[in-house]
Amino acid sequence: MSTITMEVTRYRPGEDSEPTVQSYEVPLRKEWAVLDGLNHIKDHLDGTLSYRWSCRMGICGSCGMTVNGRPVLSCASFLVDYAPGPVRVEPLRNFPVIRDLVVDISDFMEKLPRVKPWLIADPPEEGEFLQTPEEMDEYKKYSMCINCMLCYSACPVYALEPEFLGPAAIALGQRYNLDSRDHGAEDRRDVLASAEGAWACTFVGECSTACPKGVDPAGAIQRYKLTAAVAAMKDFLMPRGARR
Amino acid sequence: MTAYRQHIPLFWWLRQWSYLVFVLRELSSVFVAWFVVYLLMLVSAIGDGTYADFQAWSGHGWVLVLNVVALAFLLLHAVTWFALAPRAMVVPHVPPWVVLVAHYLAWIVLSAGVAWVVLLR
Repeated sequence: MSTITMEVTRYRPGEDSEPTVQSYEVPLRKEWAVLDGLNHIKDHLDGTLSYRWSCRMGICGSCGMTVNGRPVLSCASFLVDYAPGPVRVEPLRNFPVIRDLVVDISDFMEKLPRVKPWLIADPPEEGEFLQTPEEMDEYKKYSMCINCMLCYSACPVYALEPEFLGPAAIALGQRYNLDSRDHGAEDRRDVLASAEGAWACTFVGECSTACPKGVDPAGAIQRYKLTAAVAAMKDFLMPRGARR
Repeated sequence: MTAYRQHIPLFWWLRQWSYLVFVLRELSSVFVAWFVVYLLMLVSAIGDGTYADFQAWSGHGWVLVLNVVALAFLLLHAVTWFALAPRAMVVPHVPPWVVLVAHYLAWIVLSAGVAWVVLLR
């Protein structure tokens, strides 16, 4: 059976002062994703290797890693696509490394609620909150985010300015702003339209390239800039009662 | 627990072609500013009646080289931003390519206007 070399970043807190690279030979099977290779290492070669994973089908967003320099879901990246190898597996960039391939995403978890990513709406007086397909299309692609953090890993602005709210958080804010049932855009404006919000984005576009779910956070952010600019102009030019 | 803070290399922008294009696009704003200054100098020279002197100064080797480099960066600036425009300007019922073409048409019309002022007036 043919094999492929996986070069995996190791970092053991308390033992290592900085990450090192460890190589493993794993079977090269066409149906094996990078995650299957890591599971093979964990089960048969080195049980001390740490990484996150859960669903194995691109839904949970747990297994994001940097593979050959690109942020990807390791369950959706196949070893044969990196043959003959080696396959370089590193933790997601731009996050502190807790151990081996496990990163600390608490910065995102702290930022996410700031954009109020939930419906701010009064319940309908009776029946359901109906939407037309066109109204749903407005926000549907932004609702596909699985919080996998690939966009943060791909974003050089987040790397250089860690206070940046970041692609996923802004896209999720827009997801609710564009929902016909929601009336919370004004509540989210202070955060989304701040210097650390949409305006910090310089439209590199790599967040959208990296996104495994086609969310297009870069597009969401640019759309919000236009919305914020129009709102600011209205504030400046129009009397208070006519701004909405 | 001691989490390891990942180092950002000085040349992170050479890691990927898209990062390099982004950095060059950011740098292009310096040359956009230069062309604004150059255009104001041109208008001022026409107003002062010193256009011939301005032309002679513009013919210096270093000014020519600077302007050729600036033109290259301006083209990069315009083309890359125009390519991104359809994603930023989502107009209901208007396909993205129409937004892109509208930008290029506006560019052509404005450039023709400037060319008319500079060459024919």
